[in-house]
Amino acid sequence: MLSRESSATLMSAVTAFLYREARLQDEHQYEAWEKLWTDDGVYWVPANGADIDPERQMSIIYDNRSRITLRVRQLMTGKHFTQTPQSNLRRLISNIELMDQQPDDGDIAVASNSLIFESSLRDDTLWAARNEYRLRHVDGELRMAAKKVVLVNNDKAIYTLSFLV
Amino acid sequence: MNVMTGVSPWERLIRPDRVHGSLYTDSAIFEAELKNIWYRTWVYVGHESEVPNVNDYVIKSIGPQSIIMTRDEQGKVNLLLNRCSHRGNQVCSYERGNARSFTCPFHSWTFANDGRLVGYAFPDGYEGQDKSQLALGRVTRVESYRGFVFGSFAADGPTLKQHLGGAAETIDRLVRSSPEGEVEVTAGFLKHRVKANWKFILENECDGYHPAFVHTSIFGVADSMIGKLYGGASTALTRDYGNGHTEIDLRPEFRKRGAPMSWFGTSEERLPDYTARMKAAYGDTAAREIMIDGTPHVMIFPNLFIAEIQMFVIQPLGVDDSVQHVTALQFKGAPDLNRRLRQQTMGSVGPAGFLLADDSEMYERCHRGVLARNPEWIFLGRGEKRERRDELGFTVGHVTDEVPSRGIWSHYRKLMEPA
Repeated sequence: MLSRESSATLMSAVTAFLYREARLQDEHQYEAWEKLWTDDGVYWVPANGADIDPERQMSIIYDNRSRITLRVRQLMTGKHFTQTPQSNLRRLISNIELMDQQPDDGDIAVASNSLIFESSLRDDTLWAARNEYRLRHVDGELRMAAKKVVLVNNDKAIYTLSFLV
Repeated sequence: MNVMTGVSPWERLIRPDRVHGSLYTDSAIFEAELKNIWYRTWVYVGHESEVPNVNDYVIKSIGPQSIIMTRDEQGKVNLLLNRCSHRGNQVCSYERGNARSFTCPFHSWTFANDGRLVGYAFPDGYEGQDKSQLALGRVTRVESYRGFVFGSFAADGPTLKQHLGGAAETIDRLVRSSPEGEVEVTAGFLKHRVKANWKFILENECDGYHPAFVHTSIFGVADSMIGKLYGGASTALTRDYGNGHTEIDLRPEFRKRGAPMSWFGTSEERLPDYTARMKAAYGDTAAREIMIDGTPHVMIFPNLFIAEIQMFVIQPLGVDDSVQHVTALQFKGAPDLNRRLRQQTMGSVGPAGFLLADDSEMYERCHRGVLARNPEWIFLGRGEKRERRDELGFTVGHVTDEVPSRGIWSHYRKLMEPA
């Protein structure tokens, strides 16, 4: 359990990190976003609920670190037509909390809500999600070791989700 | 029938090498398709492995209609319409589960999972009523082929086997990649919605002309072997099986490579357990042939697309509103292969898939494109002069030729024209 003082310091660093991640995503700064990951990062967007077993059941995204790189490299070709032209995006991040249950390996468990407005060739689309992170201090900087994005409507048929969520 | 010209409207809209753009965008045509295709011919609904146990159920669909696929107490698979026979309320609101009966929440009418009405609240008000007249609606004919369950709302018509025709062999070929000869659908579905007509999806599934361009971004960064299969020098084929079923036959390319599991970008060495089980099941020679040929790439009209490692079910909701339900194929008795199939499927398809996000972008742009009224036609003449018959009499062409689209539209016209 963190002291109140260290908790406030950490909360401030975590909040800055999440805002920065959100801005990099909204502005399609793919390489800078990729640098936020640890070497063992896992990017997970489950389908059909929050608690499926991604090793057994289909997820919308279940990227290990090398697949995160592949995703970024595809976006950077400029020929990933679903993002050529790119979606216009702005997202709000809120309800940031340090979780009561913290992992005992030193990682930091954080959760937030996000609301994303996407304007694409198809139409305007509103996305909402619960985001759960494991953050880690690496060389004095926060990094993402895991990000799980639970879309509120992930049990329904959803449109193409080709920006970084 | 147009009295003035003596030709049916369908004959005017569907020509051998071109079809009219309004076929994708006219809502009256969409309504006619529901009646003449979706609510008449054989439509794929679900797989027996999705309801493995007695009393299992799963929600499926035929077009916009919600269908409850159940396995009843006798072990029989039923396709029931999710509509109370009293006032029409949906009797099932969960995606899947295990239930002996469904009780409508509106007035507590209760139906057995074979569709029979077994009880209603305050029965004295229904004195003399024959309950058997008030069962849940059901899909008129239900047949399955190697575990794939199809339904047809027509009381009469071709059997499923007749409908599948030559394409039945592709399903035979598919299940042979399991050492136990069975496919399982157990990995859950991604549901990818597109703002486009369902026929753009249908036609794209065996369009071998687009991958080199639409998927160039992922082929370029992933060191994929797929791109070459769809190149100008490829020996792979497009095939029209009739009845709207179409295929991209990649076996000529895989046989040239002659390496087992190369079709899936892997090798026997990386799948020792699977390889051993296949050899034990089929013998060394046959196992080797199966593992070189790989699984089919076949579009079973109108809605089941088997795409080597995954299967898609196309669902039309409206003239410009469609859902692609997709899951990894799983082969019974092949756990090490299945794990890779799930991983590859998650990477490539669904709303965030490396391949399908771009395909779906094309569907949506095409739909908006054909709303423009000139040149009116979609031109489907590629390879018309060089198509030929294969040894079984099916029309085949180069992998990039539009044999599949022409086959689909020729069958479509037969279904849409009044008998």
